[in-house]
Amino acid sequence: MSTATIRAGAILPGRGGVGGALSDAFWRNPKLLLFVMLTPPLLWLGIIYLGSLFALLLQSFFSIDEFSGLVNREFTLKTYGELLRPSNLDIIVRTVTMAGLVTIASAIIAFPIAYFAARYAKGRWKAVFYLGVMLPLWSSYLVKVYAWKLILAKEGILNWVFDKLHLTFLIDGWLALPVVGGNSLSVSLTGTFLVFVYVWLPFMILPMQAALERVPGNLLEASSDLGASPRQTFTHVLLPLALPGVIAGSIFTFSLTLGDYIIPQIIGTSHRFIGMAVYAHQGTAGNIPLAAAFTVVPVVIMGIYLWLAKRAGAFNAL
Amino acid sequence: MPHAVTFQKVSRHFGNVRAVDAVDLEVEVGEFFAMLGPSGSGKTTCLRLIAGFEQPTAGHIEIFGETAEGVPPYRRNVNTVFQDYALFPHLNVADNVAYGQMIRGVAKAERLRDAEAALEMVKLPGYGSRKPGQLSGGQRQRVALARALVNKPKVLLLDEPLGALDLKLREQMQEELKALQRALGITFVFVTHDQGEALSMADRIAVFDHGKIMQTGTPEEIYRRPKTRFVADFVGSSNVLSPDLTRRLGGPAEWASLRPEDIRLGGEARHEAQVTSLSFLGSATRVTLDLAGEKLTVLLPAGTDVPAQGASVRFSWDPSALHLMGPQA
Repeated sequence: MSTATIRAGAILPGRGGVGGALSDAFWRNPKLLLFVMLTPPLLWLGIIYLGSLFALLLQSFFSIDEFSGLVNREFTLKTYGELLRPSNLDIIVRTVTMAGLVTIASAIIAFPIAYFAARYAKGRWKAVFYLGVMLPLWSSYLVKVYAWKLILAKEGILNWVFDKLHLTFLIDGWLALPVVGGNSLSVSLTGTFLVFVYVWLPFMILPMQAALERVPGNLLEASSDLGASPRQTFTHVLLPLALPGVIAGSIFTFSLTLGDYIIPQIIGTSHRFIGMAVYAHQGTAGNIPLAAAFTVVPVVIMGIYLWLAKRAGAFNAL
Repeated sequence: MPHAVTFQKVSRHFGNVRAVDAVDLEVEVGEFFAMLGPSGSGKTTCLRLIAGFEQPTAGHIEIFGETAEGVPPYRRNVNTVFQDYALFPHLNVADNVAYGQMIRGVAKAERLRDAEAALEMVKLPGYGSRKPGQLSGGQRQRVALARALVNKPKVLLLDEPLGALDLKLREQMQEELKALQRALGITFVFVTHDQGEALSMADRIAVFDHGKIMQTGTPEEIYRRPKTRFVADFVGSSNVLSPDLTRRLGGPAEWASLRPEDIRLGGEARHEAQVTSLSFLGSATRVTLDLAGEKLTVLLPAGTDVPAQGASVRFSWDPSALHLMGPQA
């Protein structure tokens, strides 16, 4: 009798071995497989990530003894009170304003790119799009930031181009403005802003593109068919449907800007951002409670932001 | 009075593909006009040319006597019922139906009242607060219809609107659509690949193939007097006889069509053939005959005697049933 005939029974024999037994067990009990697969990452997430976040929250309710410099492990809101001191409040306002502006600018720049990629790019152009958006993410963040320092420096290529075009007065005029100005772009808040937008832009483009791709083309046609101009279609159909993607992208750009401490250190003024304050307080100053309190600020702001977005109906289309 | 829609030598090419190729077309005001053809025959592109989603590569289009080339969809008083309905998922049914009026700035109370009236017309009263995702396919189809009709368009375009519905619902919607069209008097242009649907609903039909109109006429004309082999075959799967076969059956050497239901079996008929297969269709039985290598289909109404497979049968037809299409159809 040939092997083919033996195998032709209605029920095949078990595969044997540990692997075979496991496969059968997992097939009969899919929840077991889920449990085995999810336990390690959940432990990691639960203990290492959420645990340390909780420890951070705990620390923020401690205070530092001003004479000894030791942490006083008693619950107090004193450290949060310190956040409200003008110099610290200043840091928070500056960081949140910067994060908001970076997010808005990223959204405005990202939308046409994401729209093109989602609606028109096919085959090779799609690959070019992904490559173009992702390529900057492959090189080191530090390299890019230092490259921008050179680009924005007084002797840098940007000034050179403006000089050749006899437009230097534009840069000088801008730099003469209060707050956003400075000695050169590389030591101004404008420079910080430009580099933030450059570095975080891919994180806005990708979720936006994914959201726009999910909007069926015939909805745009239906809107136009019912008399809506392109602008009305954008307001009433495209934007509401793409909003979850825009919100997802803005969570990235907003929270990444809120927490970054390297870019404003390399490019910008001596005024500090939240990340720099945390870095300084937990390091040289040894004021862990204040550093922790500063860290809680972005978490709370993001929570409020998401709550507002949900209330505005940003996730209704999900 | 101008026609509702006029095409003069209209072409729409996509690269080398001639989706619509020099089409001439006139749709009368107030008629139910069907564009019938297999997929890829250009009928949907024609519909999109009327809606304004496509611009003609060449030719001239008029809607109620007004030039339509270069006019965007949102400036055409024409509405479309899309094949997959294209309801806005983030709006509820009432807001979907009221969308056109919202865009035109009609006050909220008024447009919602009109929307409810339109929903009543399509037999969905009280469904306004639901989301499209909560509706069945047939209900969505009605909402799409209400959303288009509430704007009182000059022409209503329907792109295979019944394609996704099951048979029973489709037949019901066919009757309702027809009744609605009569009641409203709006010009309907209806795209379908289902010849039965076109025959039963339309006042006139244009049969499309390869981007061209093969024939335009009433359902009766299209069915009884097809002008080409393609029309004869596509509309009602007629027997298409080659000039040689027509001659052998006693006619002139021309292409001809012979409807399966016009052939009778038995009696003292002159012609004889073998039965190669039988299929029971419920209301009739389809018999395939082999006539010296040529196939012939016969439709026997229920209640008539059905020959056995392999049997030799005699057959005949009413001479007026043999429709001649010329030597080069």
